[in-house]
Amino acid sequence: MHIVDGALSNAVVLGGGVLAVGGLALGLRSLTLEKIPVAGVLSATFFVAALVHVPLGPSSVHLIMNGLAGLVLGWAAFPALFVGLLLQAVFFGFGGLTVLGVNTVNIALPAVLVWLLCRRGVASADTRVAVLTGFVGGALAIVLTAVQVALVLWLSGDEFLPAAKLVVLAHVPVAVIEGLVCAAAVTLIHRVKPELFGTLAAPARAA
Amino acid sequence: MSHRVEAVGSSARAGAAVRSAPQAIGGPGGGWLGAVDPRTRLLGAIAFAGVTVALSSLAALLMALTLAGAALLAARLPAGPTLRRMAMMDGFIVFMLVLLPFTMPGDPAFWVFGWPASWAGLERAAAIALTANAIVLMLLSLVGSLEPTTLGHALARLRCPERLVHLLLFTVRYITVVEDEYRRLRRAMKTRGFRPRTNGHTFRSLGYLIGMLLVRALERSERILQAMKCRGFTGRLPLLDDLRYGPRDVLFIGTTVPALGLLLTLDALYVGLV
Repeated sequence: MHIVDGALSNAVVLGGGVLAVGGLALGLRSLTLEKIPVAGVLSATFFVAALVHVPLGPSSVHLIMNGLAGLVLGWAAFPALFVGLLLQAVFFGFGGLTVLGVNTVNIALPAVLVWLLCRRGVASADTRVAVLTGFVGGALAIVLTAVQVALVLWLSGDEFLPAAKLVVLAHVPVAVIEGLVCAAAVTLIHRVKPELFGTLAAPARAA
Repeated sequence: MSHRVEAVGSSARAGAAVRSAPQAIGGPGGGWLGAVDPRTRLLGAIAFAGVTVALSSLAALLMALTLAGAALLAARLPAGPTLRRMAMMDGFIVFMLVLLPFTMPGDPAFWVFGWPASWAGLERAAAIALTANAIVLMLLSLVGSLEPTTLGHALARLRCPERLVHLLLFTVRYITVVEDEYRRLRRAMKTRGFRPRTNGHTFRSLGYLIGMLLVRALERSERILQAMKCRGFTGRLPLLDDLRYGPRDVLFIGTTVPALGLLLTLDALYVGLV
C-alpha cells in the first residue's frame, strides 16, 4: 500500500529517507556492472508482476511480490523496488514524492529480511522445503510490509491508530494469496531454472 | 469474465503509460514547459513538494493545488487522464481520510450512528488530501511529462549514483518487453480457458506465470549481456543528450521561487492569525 504526501510527520519522513538511502547504498554495492542487465530485466519483471490483479471476492488486489523479489534479488531488491516505486510515482501518480523513502523501506526492507531468513530454504534440493519456504517468504514479506505501514502511520499520530490496525487486518488475505502465488512461482523456478535463486542474490562470485 | 478482461486491460494501459507516457499525454516540446530543462523541472517538483508538506493552513494548500493545476496547463497534459490518475490515488487513501474525523479528538461537527466527527479531524483530512493531490499533480505535470529515458539522464546529470541510473534505464527499457511477454502468456492462458477466480487454481496459475516471466527474464538478460559485451560494453552507458540550461529555465525559476515564497508567507500569516 502506498502512503501519500502530507500524512506522515516530518520525523518519520526523514527517518524513512535516511533508511532508504542506506538500503540503496548497500544494494547498489552488490550490483556490479556485469549484474546491471540481469537486475534491470528482473526489476522490470517485478514492475509488471505488480500490474497483475488477483480477484478477491467481489473486488481484486494487485500483487506486490516483494518476498519473491527479495528471494531472487537479495540486497539488489532495494534499488530494484525503489526504481519501480519511482516510476509509479512519477508516471502513474501512485504514492508521493516526499514519502518515496518511506514507501521504499516499507516494500524493500521486508524483501531483504525475507531473503536473509529464507535464502537457504528456497535453494534447498528438496522441492517440498523450497516450496514451503516460498510460501512463508511470500506471506511474511506482506505481513512485514503491512506492519511497517501501520507503524509509520501510528508513529505519525495516535489519530492514525485505527487506520493502522485496519491496514494490518486488510493485508491478512493478501498475505495468504501472495504466499500461495510465491510458492507456485518457486515450484516452477525449481523445476525449470533453479539457479535463478543464486544469480543475483548469492554472494558475489566471478561470472 | 468482464472482470478478467478489465484486469488485463487495465494492466495493459498501465504498462503502456511508462513506454508512451509523453507521446500519449503531451510530451517534451509540447506546452510551455517543453523548453524547460528536465533537471529544472525535477528540482522544481522536489522544491514544491518540500514546501507543500510544510504548509499547514487550508488556504495556502488550496493555493498550492492551484499552482499544480497551472503546471498541468503549462505542460499541456490532457486534463482528463491526468486527473483520473490523481483520483485513483485518492481511492487508495480515502478510507484513511474518512476515518480521521472520528479518531481525532475535538469539537464534534456532526454525528454518524452516534459517533462524533471532529472539526479538527475534518481539517486534518482535508489538509492531507490537498497536500497529496497538489504534489502528485505537480509531479505528473513537471516530471511525468518527460520521456522516461530523459528522466534517467536528468538524474544522472544531477549526480545520482551511476549504477542506480543504469538500473533505471534498463528497467524502463525492459518493462514494455516483459509486459508484452506477460500479455502473450495471459492470452495463451485465456485461450486454454483460464478464468481468474478466488481459488487455488488461479493462485497457482498466476504463480507459474510469474515464475515463467522471471525465468525468461533471466535468460533474456544473459543474451543482453552477451550482446552488449560483443559491442564492447565497458560497464558505462554513454549519455548522448547534453542538457543545457536556457532562458526558459531562468523564467521558470524566476516564477517558481517567488510563488513558493508566497505560499510560505501566506501560510505563516494564516497560522499567525488563527
